[in-house]
Amino acid sequence: MNIIVCLKQVPDTETQIKIAPEGKSIVKDDIKWVMNPYDEFGVEEALKLKEKFGGEVTVVGLGPKRVTESIRTALAMGADKGILINDDALEGSDSFATAKALATAIKDLDYDLIFTGQRGVDDDMGVVGASIAEFLGIPQLSVIVKMEVAEDGKSLTAHRPVEGQVLVIESSLPALVTTQKGLNEPRYATLPGIMKAKRKPLEEKTLADLGLDPAQFGEGGRKVKILEITPPPKRTEGKIVEGETPQEKAAGLAKLLHEEAKIF
Amino acid sequence: MAPGVWTIVEQRDGEIRKITYEIVSEGRRLADELGQKLTVVLLGSDIKDKATELGHYGADRVLVADDPRLGTYTTGAYVSVISQLAKAEEPAMILMGASSQGKDLSARLSARMGAGMAQDCTAFSLEDGNLVAIRPTYAGKAYEKVTFEDSWPQMATARPNVMSIAEPDTSRSAEVVDASFNLEDSAVMTKVVEVRKDESGKIDLTEADKIVSGGRGMKGPENYKILEDLAEVIGATVGASRSAVDAGWRPHSDQVGQTGKVVSPNLYIACGISGAIQHLAGMSTSKVIVAINKDEEAPIFQKADYGVVGDLFEVVPALTEEVKKYL
Repeated sequence: MNIIVCLKQVPDTETQIKIAPEGKSIVKDDIKWVMNPYDEFGVEEALKLKEKFGGEVTVVGLGPKRVTESIRTALAMGADKGILINDDALEGSDSFATAKALATAIKDLDYDLIFTGQRGVDDDMGVVGASIAEFLGIPQLSVIVKMEVAEDGKSLTAHRPVEGQVLVIESSLPALVTTQKGLNEPRYATLPGIMKAKRKPLEEKTLADLGLDPAQFGEGGRKVKILEITPPPKRTEGKIVEGETPQEKAAGLAKLLHEEAKIF
Repeated sequence: MAPGVWTIVEQRDGEIRKITYEIVSEGRRLADELGQKLTVVLLGSDIKDKATELGHYGADRVLVADDPRLGTYTTGAYVSVISQLAKAEEPAMILMGASSQGKDLSARLSARMGAGMAQDCTAFSLEDGNLVAIRPTYAGKAYEKVTFEDSWPQMATARPNVMSIAEPDTSRSAEVVDASFNLEDSAVMTKVVEVRKDESGKIDLTEADKIVSGGRGMKGPENYKILEDLAEVIGATVGASRSAVDAGWRPHSDQVGQTGKVVSPNLYIACGISGAIQHLAGMSTSKVIVAINKDEEAPIFQKADYGVVGDLFEVVPALTEEVKKYL
Protein backbone atom coordinates (compact mmCIF):
# COMPACT_ATOMS: atom_id res chain seq x y z
CA MET A 1 0.00 0.00 0.00
CA ASN A 2 1.54 3.27 -1.11
CA ILE A 3 0.57 6.31 0.87
CA ILE A 4 1.08 10.03 0.36
CA VAL A 5 1.07 12.39 3.33
CA CYS A 6 0.72 16.09 2.55
CA LEU A 7 2.54 18.28 4.97
CA LYS A 8 2.26 21.95 5.82
CA GLN A 9 4.57 23.93 8.03
CA VAL A 10 2.82 26.41 10.32
CA PRO A 11 3.73 28.71 13.22
CA ASP A 12 3.72 26.87 16.54
CA THR A 13 0.29 27.31 18.17
CA GLU A 14 1.79 29.36 21.04
CA THR A 15 3.08 31.98 18.56
CA GLN A 16 2.00 35.59 19.04
CA ILE A 17 0.90 36.77 15.61
CA LYS A 18 2.28 40.15 14.50
CA ILE A 19 0.90 41.92 11.47
CA ALA A 20 3.33 43.28 8.88
CA PRO A 21 3.44 47.09 8.34
CA GLU A 22 1.74 46.73 4.92
CA GLY A 23 -1.21 45.16 6.75
CA LYS A 24 -1.71 42.23 4.37
CA SER A 25 0.48 39.54 5.88
CA ILE A 26 2.05 38.51 9.16
CA VAL A 27 5.63 39.06 10.33
CA LYS A 28 7.43 35.80 9.64
CA ASP A 29 10.71 36.46 11.47
CA ASP A 30 11.15 34.94 14.92
CA ILE A 31 8.43 32.35 14.34
CA LYS A 32 8.97 28.80 15.51
CA TRP A 33 7.81 26.72 12.56
CA VAL A 34 6.41 23.26 13.16
CA MET A 35 4.62 20.53 11.25
CA ASN A 36 0.89 21.37 11.19
CA PRO A 37 -0.41 19.45 14.26
CA TYR A 38 -3.18 17.76 12.23
CA ASP A 39 -0.65 16.52 9.67
CA GLU A 40 1.17 14.55 12.38
CA PHE A 41 -1.88 12.28 12.63
CA GLY A 42 -1.61 11.62 8.88
CA VAL A 43 2.05 10.66 9.18
CA GLU A 44 1.28 8.31 12.09
CA GLU A 45 -1.68 6.66 10.36
CA ALA A 46 0.35 6.17 7.19
CA LEU A 47 3.15 4.51 9.16
CA LYS A 48 0.71 2.18 10.93
CA LEU A 49 -0.79 1.16 7.60
CA LYS A 50 2.65 0.61 6.13
CA GLU A 51 3.50 -1.66 9.08
CA LYS A 52 0.42 -3.73 8.29
CA PHE A 53 0.30 -3.70 4.50
CA GLY A 54 3.87 -2.86 3.45
CA GLY A 55 4.54 -0.30 0.72
CA GLU A 56 5.97 3.17 0.81
CA VAL A 57 5.10 6.43 2.56
CA THR A 58 5.92 9.60 0.64
CA VAL A 59 5.68 13.01 2.30
CA VAL A 60 4.82 15.92 0.01
CA GLY A 61 5.35 19.42 1.33
CA LEU A 62 4.99 22.84 -0.20
CA GLY A 63 6.72 26.04 0.81
CA PRO A 64 10.16 27.56 1.27
CA LYS A 65 13.35 25.68 2.12
CA ARG A 66 12.59 25.68 5.87
CA VAL A 67 9.77 23.16 5.22
CA THR A 68 12.55 20.61 4.66
CA GLU A 69 12.92 20.41 8.47
CA SER A 70 9.31 19.28 8.91
CA ILE A 71 9.65 16.78 6.07
CA ARG A 72 12.80 15.42 7.76
CA THR A 73 10.80 15.07 10.97
CA ALA A 74 8.28 12.89 9.12
CA LEU A 75 11.13 10.88 7.58
CA ALA A 76 12.63 10.45 11.06
CA MET A 77 9.25 9.13 12.27
CA GLY A 78 9.54 6.51 9.54
CA ALA A 79 8.33 7.86 6.20
CA ASP A 80 10.39 6.69 3.22
CA LYS A 81 10.91 9.72 1.05
CA GLY A 82 10.03 13.35 0.69
CA ILE A 83 9.14 15.84 -2.01
CA LEU A 84 9.21 19.59 -1.45
CA ILE A 85 7.52 21.87 -3.93
CA ASN A 86 9.61 24.99 -3.53
CA ASP A 87 9.25 27.97 -5.82
CA ASP A 88 9.41 31.69 -5.04
CA ALA A 89 6.28 32.13 -7.17
CA LEU A 90 4.28 30.12 -4.60
CA GLU A 91 4.60 32.73 -1.84
CA GLY A 92 1.13 34.06 -1.00
CA SER A 93 -0.80 31.35 -2.90
CA ASP A 94 -4.38 30.64 -1.82
CA SER A 95 -5.86 27.21 -1.05
CA PHE A 96 -6.93 26.61 -4.66
CA ALA A 97 -3.43 27.20 -6.07
CA THR A 98 -1.77 25.26 -3.25
CA ALA A 99 -4.03 22.26 -3.89
CA LYS A 100 -3.36 22.49 -7.63
CA ALA A 101 0.41 22.31 -7.12
CA LEU A 102 0.14 19.44 -4.63
CA ALA A 103 -2.29 17.47 -6.82
CA THR A 104 0.00 17.91 -9.81
CA ALA A 105 2.97 16.62 -7.84
CA ILE A 106 0.95 13.65 -6.59
CA LYS A 107 -0.89 12.64 -9.77
CA ASP A 108 1.96 10.68 -11.33
CA LEU A 109 2.93 8.93 -8.11
CA ASP A 110 1.62 5.50 -7.25
CA TYR A 111 -0.82 5.86 -4.35
CA ASP A 112 -3.70 4.11 -2.61
CA LEU A 113 -4.31 6.68 0.10
CA ILE A 114 -3.57 10.35 0.64
CA PHE A 115 -3.61 12.07 4.02
CA THR A 116 -3.87 15.76 4.75
CA GLY A 117 -4.57 17.46 8.06
CA GLN A 118 -8.23 18.48 8.44
CA ARG A 119 -7.03 22.07 8.32
CA GLY A 120 -3.88 24.12 8.67
CA VAL A 121 -3.80 25.91 12.01
CA ASP A 122 -2.60 29.08 10.25
CA ASP A 123 -5.13 29.95 7.51
CA ASP A 124 -7.85 27.80 9.13
CA MET A 125 -9.39 27.13 5.73
CA GLY A 126 -9.56 23.34 5.57
CA VAL A 127 -9.96 23.44 1.80
CA VAL A 128 -6.71 22.00 0.41
CA GLY A 129 -7.46 18.34 1.17
CA ALA A 130 -10.86 18.33 -0.52
CA SER A 131 -9.46 20.28 -3.46
CA ILE A 132 -6.62 17.80 -4.00
CA ALA A 133 -9.21 14.99 -3.97
CA GLU A 134 -11.29 16.90 -6.52
CA PHE A 135 -8.34 17.55 -8.83
CA LEU A 136 -7.36 13.88 -8.66
CA GLY A 137 -10.99 12.70 -9.04
CA ILE A 138 -10.96 10.56 -5.89
CA PRO A 139 -13.30 10.47 -2.86
CA GLN A 140 -12.54 12.53 0.23
CA LEU A 141 -13.33 11.56 3.81
CA SER A 142 -13.05 14.64 6.00
CA VAL A 143 -12.18 15.13 9.67
CA ILE A 144 -11.63 11.46 10.46
CA VAL A 145 -11.01 10.16 14.01
CA LYS A 146 -10.92 6.42 13.31
CA MET A 147 -10.32 4.37 10.19
CA GLU A 148 -9.78 0.87 9.00
CA VAL A 149 -8.53 -0.33 5.64
CA ALA A 150 -10.04 -3.64 4.48
CA GLU A 151 -7.75 -6.68 4.45
CA ASP A 152 -7.67 -6.67 0.65
CA GLY A 153 -6.45 -3.05 0.70
CA LYS A 154 -9.21 -1.98 -1.67
CA SER A 155 -11.59 -0.05 0.58
CA LEU A 156 -11.77 1.77 3.88
CA THR A 157 -14.25 2.53 6.63
CA ALA A 158 -13.86 5.81 8.48
CA HIS A 159 -15.53 7.54 11.41
CA ARG A 160 -16.40 11.18 10.93
CA PRO A 161 -17.80 13.10 13.91
CA VAL A 162 -20.31 15.78 12.97
CA GLU A 163 -22.56 17.79 15.29
CA GLY A 164 -24.07 15.25 17.70
CA GLN A 165 -23.37 12.23 15.48
CA VAL A 166 -20.60 10.04 14.19
CA LEU A 167 -20.95 9.04 10.55
CA VAL A 168 -19.44 5.71 9.56
CA ILE A 169 -18.44 6.11 5.92
CA GLU A 170 -17.24 3.55 3.41
CA SER A 171 -15.15 4.35 0.40
CA SER A 172 -13.18 2.56 -2.25
CA LEU A 173 -9.47 3.32 -2.62
CA PRO A 174 -7.69 5.39 -3.71
CA ALA A 175 -9.15 8.02 -1.45
CA LEU A 176 -8.08 11.08 0.48
CA VAL A 177 -8.54 11.27 4.25
CA THR A 178 -8.27 14.49 6.27
CA THR A 179 -7.12 13.77 9.79
CA GLN A 180 -8.50 14.96 13.11
CA LYS A 181 -7.19 14.76 16.65
CA GLY A 182 -8.15 11.44 18.21
CA LEU A 183 -7.18 9.33 15.17
CA ASN A 184 -3.97 8.17 16.84
CA GLU A 185 -1.08 9.26 19.03
CA PRO A 186 1.74 10.35 16.74
CA ARG A 187 5.05 8.69 17.58
CA TYR A 188 8.18 10.62 18.38
CA ALA A 189 11.19 10.36 16.13
CA THR A 190 13.91 8.20 17.70
CA LEU A 191 17.60 9.05 17.51
CA PRO A 192 18.32 6.20 15.03
CA GLY A 193 15.28 7.43 13.08
CA ILE A 194 16.72 10.93 12.94
CA MET A 195 20.09 9.59 11.76
CA LYS A 196 18.42 7.45 9.08
CA ALA A 197 16.25 10.34 7.91
CA LYS A 198 19.34 12.27 6.84
CA ARG A 199 20.02 9.68 4.15
CA LYS A 200 16.46 9.30 2.91
CA PRO A 201 15.67 10.85 -0.48
CA LEU A 202 14.19 14.35 -0.43
CA GLU A 203 13.55 15.80 -3.84
CA GLU A 204 12.81 19.47 -4.56
CA LYS A 205 10.53 20.50 -7.41
CA THR A 206 9.75 23.88 -8.90
CA LEU A 207 6.50 24.83 -10.62
CA ALA A 208 8.30 24.49 -13.95
CA ASP A 209 9.32 20.93 -13.02
CA LEU A 210 5.61 20.20 -12.51
CA GLY A 211 4.71 21.83 -15.82
CA LEU A 212 2.74 24.60 -14.07
CA ASP A 213 2.55 28.28 -14.98
CA PRO A 214 3.91 30.48 -12.14
CA ALA A 215 1.43 33.23 -13.08
CA GLN A 216 -1.39 31.05 -11.68
CA PHE A 217 0.26 31.04 -8.24
CA GLY A 218 1.26 33.48 -5.52
CA GLU A 219 -0.48 36.76 -4.74
CA GLY A 220 -1.30 37.38 -8.41
CA GLY A 221 -3.05 34.04 -8.80
CA ARG A 222 -5.29 34.37 -5.77
CA LYS A 223 -9.03 33.99 -6.32
CA VAL A 224 -9.61 35.34 -2.82
CA LYS A 225 -7.81 38.67 -2.42
CA ILE A 226 -6.66 39.80 1.01
CA LEU A 227 -7.67 43.42 1.59
CA GLU A 228 -6.20 43.63 5.05
CA ILE A 229 -5.19 41.67 8.11
CA THR A 230 -6.02 43.18 11.48
CA PRO A 231 -5.66 42.20 15.12
CA PRO A 232 -8.79 40.61 16.60
CA PRO A 233 -11.46 43.14 17.58
CA LYS A 234 -10.82 44.52 21.06
CA ARG A 235 -13.15 43.27 23.76
CA THR A 236 -14.53 45.80 26.16
CA GLU A 237 -12.69 45.97 29.46
CA GLY A 238 -13.88 43.27 31.82
CA LYS A 239 -14.95 43.50 35.44
CA ILE A 240 -13.63 41.58 38.40
CA VAL A 241 -16.56 40.48 40.54
CA GLU A 242 -15.80 41.52 44.13
CA GLY A 243 -16.98 39.81 47.29
CA GLU A 244 -15.74 38.59 50.66
CA THR A 245 -16.68 34.95 50.19
CA PRO A 246 -17.06 32.58 47.23
CA GLN A 247 -20.84 32.74 47.81
CA GLU A 248 -20.85 36.54 47.53
CA LYS A 249 -18.77 36.42 44.37
CA ALA A 250 -21.03 33.77 42.85
CA ALA A 251 -24.11 35.82 43.75
CA GLY A 252 -22.54 38.94 42.21
CA LEU A 253 -21.67 37.07 39.02
CA ALA A 254 -25.14 35.55 38.67
CA LYS A 255 -26.66 39.01 39.11
CA LEU A 256 -24.40 40.54 36.44
CA LEU A 257 -25.17 37.71 34.00
CA HIS A 258 -28.86 38.31 34.60
CA GLU A 259 -29.09 42.12 34.75
CA GLU A 260 -26.21 43.34 32.61
CA ALA A 261 -25.37 40.54 30.15
CA LYS A 262 -29.00 39.39 30.02
CA ILE A 263 -27.96 35.78 29.60
CA PHE A 264 -30.82 34.51 31.71
CA MET B 1 -22.18 36.21 -14.56
CA ALA B 2 -25.82 36.41 -13.75
CA PRO B 3 -26.93 38.14 -10.58
CA GLY B 4 -28.39 36.37 -7.61
CA VAL B 5 -27.41 35.16 -4.18
CA TRP B 6 -27.59 31.46 -3.40
CA THR B 7 -27.64 29.86 0.00
CA ILE B 8 -27.46 26.11 0.56
CA VAL B 9 -29.78 24.41 3.06
CA GLU B 10 -28.47 21.96 5.60
CA GLN B 11 -31.01 19.31 6.57
CA ARG B 12 -30.66 16.19 8.63
CA ASP B 13 -33.33 13.46 8.49
CA GLY B 14 -35.50 15.94 6.62
CA GLU B 15 -35.29 18.58 9.35
CA ILE B 16 -33.70 21.91 8.56
CA ARG B 17 -30.80 22.79 10.83
CA LYS B 18 -30.46 26.13 12.63
CA ILE B 19 -27.36 27.19 10.68
CA THR B 20 -29.57 27.26 7.57
CA TYR B 21 -31.71 30.06 9.03
CA GLU B 22 -28.57 32.01 9.92
CA ILE B 23 -27.25 31.86 6.38
CA VAL B 24 -30.64 32.40 4.71
CA SER B 25 -31.19 35.52 6.86
CA GLU B 26 -27.74 36.80 5.93
CA GLY B 27 -28.31 35.94 2.26
CA ARG B 28 -31.58 37.92 2.35
CA ARG B 29 -29.76 40.95 3.73
CA LEU B 30 -27.08 40.78 1.00
CA ALA B 31 -29.63 40.19 -1.78
CA ASP B 32 -31.62 43.24 -0.63
CA GLU B 33 -28.53 45.40 -0.63
CA LEU B 34 -27.66 44.17 -4.13
CA GLY B 35 -31.25 44.49 -5.31
CA GLN B 36 -31.15 40.84 -6.38
CA LYS B 37 -33.04 37.64 -5.76
CA LEU B 38 -32.25 35.15 -3.04
CA THR B 39 -32.38 31.54 -4.16
CA VAL B 40 -32.27 28.88 -1.46
CA VAL B 41 -31.08 25.49 -2.66
CA LEU B 42 -32.72 22.56 -0.91
CA LEU B 43 -31.37 19.04 -1.42
CA GLY B 44 -32.97 16.00 0.14
CA SER B 45 -35.39 13.14 -0.21
CA ASP B 46 -39.12 13.97 -0.03
CA ILE B 47 -38.10 17.41 1.10
CA LYS B 48 -40.27 19.77 -0.91
CA ASP B 49 -42.64 20.62 1.96
CA LYS B 50 -39.81 22.47 3.69
CA ALA B 51 -39.79 25.14 0.98
CA THR B 52 -42.67 27.12 2.53
CA GLU B 53 -40.77 27.74 5.72
CA LEU B 54 -37.69 28.88 3.81
CA GLY B 55 -39.91 31.43 2.10
CA HIS B 56 -40.84 32.83 5.51
CA TYR B 57 -37.17 33.41 6.24
CA GLY B 58 -36.65 35.38 3.05
CA ALA B 59 -36.14 33.05 0.08
CA ASP B 60 -37.50 34.45 -3.21
CA ARG B 61 -37.01 31.08 -4.85
CA VAL B 62 -36.45 27.64 -3.43
CA LEU B 63 -34.66 25.38 -5.86
CA VAL B 64 -35.51 21.83 -4.82
CA ALA B 65 -33.39 18.82 -5.76
CA ASP B 66 -35.30 15.79 -4.58
CA ASP B 67 -33.73 12.36 -4.88
CA PRO B 68 -33.49 9.38 -2.51
CA ARG B 69 -29.71 9.58 -2.84
CA LEU B 70 -29.76 13.14 -1.47
CA GLY B 71 -31.57 12.28 1.77
CA THR B 72 -28.31 11.71 3.63
CA TYR B 73 -25.45 14.04 2.80
CA THR B 74 -22.54 12.66 0.82
CA THR B 75 -19.86 14.92 -0.59
CA GLY B 76 -19.95 13.43 -4.06
CA ALA B 77 -23.72 13.57 -4.60
CA TYR B 78 -24.15 17.09 -3.22
CA VAL B 79 -21.19 18.53 -5.11
CA SER B 80 -22.38 16.91 -8.32
CA VAL B 81 -25.92 18.29 -8.05
CA ILE B 82 -25.08 21.78 -6.77
CA SER B 83 -22.31 22.31 -9.32
CA GLN B 84 -24.71 21.34 -12.14
CA LEU B 85 -27.35 23.76 -10.89
CA ALA B 86 -24.83 26.57 -10.36
CA LYS B 87 -23.31 26.12 -13.81
CA ALA B 88 -26.79 26.33 -15.33
CA GLU B 89 -27.90 29.44 -13.44
CA GLU B 90 -24.60 31.17 -12.70
CA PRO B 91 -25.38 32.88 -9.40
CA ALA B 92 -22.97 35.59 -8.28
CA MET B 93 -22.53 34.17 -4.79
CA ILE B 94 -22.95 30.83 -3.06
CA LEU B 95 -23.12 30.94 0.73
CA MET B 96 -23.52 28.22 3.33
CA GLY B 97 -22.87 27.51 6.99
CA ALA B 98 -19.43 26.49 8.23
CA SER B 99 -20.82 23.39 9.92
CA SER B 100 -19.18 20.00 9.46
CA GLN B 101 -21.26 19.46 6.34
CA GLY B 102 -20.82 23.00 5.01
CA LYS B 103 -17.05 22.91 5.38
CA ASP B 104 -16.79 19.58 3.58
CA LEU B 105 -19.18 20.57 0.82
CA SER B 106 -17.87 24.09 0.21
CA ALA B 107 -14.27 22.94 0.02
CA ARG B 108 -14.91 20.43 -2.74
CA LEU B 109 -17.52 22.51 -4.54
CA SER B 110 -15.17 25.49 -4.76
CA ALA B 111 -12.51 23.30 -6.37
CA ARG B 112 -15.02 21.88 -8.85
CA MET B 113 -16.28 25.35 -9.73
CA GLY B 114 -12.80 26.83 -9.85
CA ALA B 115 -14.06 29.44 -7.42
CA GLY B 116 -12.49 31.42 -4.63
CA MET B 117 -13.69 30.40 -1.19
CA ALA B 118 -13.56 32.01 2.24
CA GLN B 119 -14.16 29.55 5.06
CA ASP B 120 -15.72 30.17 8.48
CA CYS B 121 -16.46 33.90 8.12
CA THR B 122 -17.84 36.05 10.93
CA ALA B 123 -19.18 38.95 8.83
CA PHE B 124 -20.17 39.70 5.25
CA SER B 125 -20.55 43.03 3.48
CA LEU B 126 -20.52 44.31 -0.09
CA GLU B 127 -18.16 46.61 -1.94
CA ASP B 128 -18.96 47.52 -5.56
CA GLY B 129 -21.27 44.53 -5.68
CA ASN B 130 -18.52 42.15 -4.60
CA LEU B 131 -18.70 40.07 -1.46
CA VAL B 132 -16.33 41.14 1.30
CA ALA B 133 -15.81 38.69 4.13
CA ILE B 134 -14.15 38.92 7.52
CA ARG B 135 -12.64 35.71 8.76
CA PRO B 136 -10.52 34.80 11.76
CA THR B 137 -7.17 33.21 10.96
CA TYR B 138 -4.61 31.67 13.31
CA ALA B 139 -7.76 30.64 15.23
CA GLY B 140 -8.68 34.23 15.90
CA LYS B 141 -5.26 35.71 16.63
CA ALA B 142 -5.66 37.76 13.45
CA TYR B 143 -8.62 38.70 11.25
CA GLU B 144 -8.50 38.68 7.48
CA LYS B 145 -10.66 40.90 5.29
CA VAL B 146 -11.00 39.34 1.86
CA THR B 147 -12.81 39.90 -1.39
CA PHE B 148 -13.30 38.13 -4.70
CA GLU B 149 -12.48 40.34 -7.64
CA ASP B 150 -12.20 37.89 -10.53
CA SER B 151 -13.75 34.83 -8.99
CA TRP B 152 -17.00 33.31 -10.11
CA PRO B 153 -18.95 32.35 -8.15
CA GLN B 154 -17.95 34.08 -4.93
CA MET B 155 -18.13 31.41 -2.26
CA ALA B 156 -18.09 31.70 1.52
CA THR B 157 -19.23 29.90 4.64
CA ALA B 158 -20.42 31.52 7.89
CA ARG B 159 -19.32 30.45 11.35
CA PRO B 160 -22.27 28.92 13.25
CA ASN B 161 -23.89 31.05 15.99
CA VAL B 162 -22.44 34.34 14.73
CA MET B 163 -24.99 35.68 12.24
CA SER B 164 -28.43 36.55 13.52
CA ILE B 165 -31.65 34.92 12.37
CA ALA B 166 -34.39 37.17 10.99
CA GLU B 167 -37.91 36.93 12.40
CA PRO B 168 -39.87 34.66 10.06
CA ASP B 169 -42.54 36.49 8.07
CA THR B 170 -45.41 34.11 7.34
CA SER B 171 -46.83 36.50 4.73
CA ARG B 172 -43.80 35.89 2.51
CA SER B 173 -43.77 33.00 0.12
CA ALA B 174 -41.15 31.67 -2.22
CA GLU B 175 -41.47 30.40 -5.76
CA VAL B 176 -40.72 26.66 -5.59
CA VAL B 177 -38.75 25.33 -8.53
CA ASP B 178 -37.97 21.69 -9.25
CA ALA B 179 -34.30 21.53 -10.11
CA SER B 180 -33.20 19.68 -13.18
CA PHE B 181 -30.08 17.58 -12.66
CA ASN B 182 -28.54 14.28 -13.55
CA LEU B 183 -26.96 12.38 -10.67
CA GLU B 184 -24.80 9.45 -11.76
CA ASP B 185 -24.34 6.72 -9.17
CA SER B 186 -20.61 6.90 -9.80
CA ALA B 187 -20.61 10.57 -8.70
CA VAL B 188 -21.75 9.61 -5.20
CA MET B 189 -18.37 7.98 -4.42
CA THR B 190 -18.83 7.30 -0.67
CA LYS B 191 -21.52 5.62 1.39
CA VAL B 192 -22.72 6.42 4.89
CA VAL B 193 -23.18 2.91 6.29
CA GLU B 194 -24.10 3.89 9.83
CA VAL B 195 -25.09 6.99 11.79
CA ARG B 196 -24.16 6.78 15.46
CA LYS B 197 -26.22 9.29 17.35
CA ASP B 198 -24.94 10.83 20.54
CA GLU B 199 -27.63 9.59 22.92
CA SER B 200 -26.63 12.05 25.65
CA GLY B 201 -28.54 14.71 23.76
CA LYS B 202 -25.56 17.00 24.32
CA ILE B 203 -25.43 19.94 21.93
CA ASP B 204 -22.17 20.09 20.00
CA LEU B 205 -19.74 22.73 21.26
CA THR B 206 -19.72 24.50 17.89
CA GLU B 207 -23.50 24.97 18.08
CA ALA B 208 -23.91 25.47 21.82
CA ASP B 209 -25.51 28.64 23.14
CA LYS B 210 -23.64 28.29 26.44
CA ILE B 211 -20.42 26.48 27.31
CA VAL B 212 -18.89 25.65 30.69
CA SER B 213 -15.28 24.68 30.16
CA GLY B 214 -12.68 23.25 32.53
CA GLY B 215 -8.90 23.19 32.39
CA ARG B 216 -5.94 22.02 34.39
CA GLY B 217 -7.38 23.69 37.50
CA MET B 218 -10.05 20.98 37.59
CA LYS B 219 -7.31 18.69 39.00
CA GLY B 220 -8.88 15.47 37.75
CA PRO B 221 -11.66 13.94 35.63
CA GLU B 222 -13.90 13.23 38.64
CA ASN B 223 -14.23 16.96 39.38
CA TYR B 224 -16.00 17.77 36.09
CA LYS B 225 -19.19 16.79 37.88
CA ILE B 226 -19.46 20.34 39.29
CA LEU B 227 -19.23 21.76 35.75
CA GLU B 228 -21.81 19.28 34.52
CA ASP B 229 -24.14 20.33 37.33
CA LEU B 230 -23.81 24.01 36.37
CA ALA B 231 -24.19 23.14 32.68
CA GLU B 232 -27.33 21.14 33.41
CA VAL B 233 -28.92 24.07 35.23
CA ILE B 234 -28.13 26.73 32.61
CA GLY B 235 -28.46 24.51 29.53
CA ALA B 236 -24.81 24.51 28.57
CA THR B 237 -22.39 22.06 26.96
CA VAL B 238 -19.22 21.13 28.84
CA GLY B 239 -15.90 21.78 27.12
CA ALA B 240 -12.26 21.42 28.09
CA SER B 241 -8.83 22.90 27.48
CA ARG B 242 -6.07 21.08 25.65
CA SER B 243 -4.22 20.24 28.85
CA ALA B 244 -7.34 18.59 30.30
CA VAL B 245 -7.80 16.56 27.10
CA ASP B 246 -4.13 15.64 26.84
CA ALA B 247 -4.25 14.49 30.48
CA GLY B 248 -7.02 12.10 29.42
CA TRP B 249 -9.65 13.74 31.64
CA ARG B 250 -12.02 14.56 28.79
CA PRO B 251 -12.53 13.19 25.23
CA HIS B 252 -10.88 14.89 22.23
CA SER B 253 -14.30 16.02 21.02
CA ASP B 254 -14.56 18.32 24.07
CA GLN B 255 -11.41 20.31 23.30
CA VAL B 256 -11.79 24.03 22.69
CA GLY B 257 -8.84 25.84 21.15
CA GLN B 258 -6.66 26.25 18.11
CA THR B 259 -6.14 22.49 17.75
CA GLY B 260 -9.67 21.71 18.90
CA LYS B 261 -13.02 23.29 18.30
CA VAL B 262 -13.49 26.96 17.60
CA VAL B 263 -16.64 28.08 19.39
CA SER B 264 -18.87 31.19 19.52
CA PRO B 265 -21.47 30.70 22.26
CA ASN B 266 -23.44 33.48 23.91
CA LEU B 267 -21.83 32.56 27.21
CA TYR B 268 -18.45 30.91 27.80
CA ILE B 269 -17.51 30.11 31.40
CA ALA B 270 -13.82 29.17 31.73
CA CYS B 271 -13.11 27.35 34.99
CA GLY B 272 -9.53 26.71 36.04
CA ILE B 273 -8.29 27.62 32.58
CA SER B 274 -5.24 29.88 32.65
CA GLY B 275 -5.82 31.08 29.09
CA ALA B 276 -2.94 29.73 27.01
CA ILE B 277 -2.89 31.57 23.69
CA GLN B 278 -4.00 28.46 21.83
CA HIS B 279 -7.08 28.17 24.08
CA LEU B 280 -7.98 31.86 23.82
CA ALA B 281 -7.78 31.45 20.07
CA GLY B 282 -10.63 28.96 20.11
CA MET B 283 -13.15 30.90 22.17
CA SER B 284 -12.46 34.61 21.70
CA THR B 285 -15.53 35.15 19.48
CA SER B 286 -17.80 34.12 22.38
CA LYS B 287 -20.20 36.93 23.21
CA VAL B 288 -19.84 36.94 27.01
CA ILE B 289 -16.77 35.38 28.62
CA VAL B 290 -16.58 34.52 32.31
CA ALA B 291 -13.34 33.40 33.95
CA ILE B 292 -13.16 31.66 37.30
CA ASN B 293 -9.58 31.14 38.41
CA LYS B 294 -7.66 31.41 41.65
CA ASP B 295 -4.65 33.02 39.96
CA GLU B 296 -5.50 36.67 39.44
CA GLU B 297 -2.59 37.01 36.98
CA ALA B 298 -4.01 34.33 34.65
CA PRO B 299 -4.17 35.64 31.04
CA ILE B 300 -7.80 34.47 30.76
CA PHE B 301 -8.86 37.50 32.83
CA GLN B 302 -7.72 39.82 30.03
CA LYS B 303 -10.31 38.27 27.71
CA ALA B 304 -13.05 37.95 30.30
CA ASP B 305 -16.07 40.23 30.58
CA TYR B 306 -16.54 39.00 34.13
CA GLY B 307 -13.78 37.55 36.25
CA VAL B 308 -14.00 35.80 39.57
CA VAL B 309 -10.73 35.36 41.44
CA GLY B 310 -11.33 32.42 43.70
CA ASP B 311 -11.37 28.68 44.21
CA LEU B 312 -13.52 27.18 41.48
CA PHE B 313 -14.43 24.27 43.75
CA GLU B 314 -16.26 26.78 45.94
CA VAL B 315 -17.35 29.34 43.35
CA VAL B 316 -18.84 26.97 40.74
CA PRO B 317 -21.24 25.09 43.06
CA ALA B 318 -22.27 28.44 44.59
CA LEU B 319 -22.89 29.85 41.11
CA THR B 320 -25.04 26.82 40.23
CA GLU B 321 -27.26 27.67 43.20
CA GLU B 322 -27.28 31.43 42.54
CA VAL B 323 -28.30 31.24 38.87
CA LYS B 324 -31.38 29.19 39.82
CA LYS B 325 -32.83 32.42 41.22
CA TYR B 326 -33.02 33.87 37.74
CA LEU B 327 -34.21 30.85 35.76
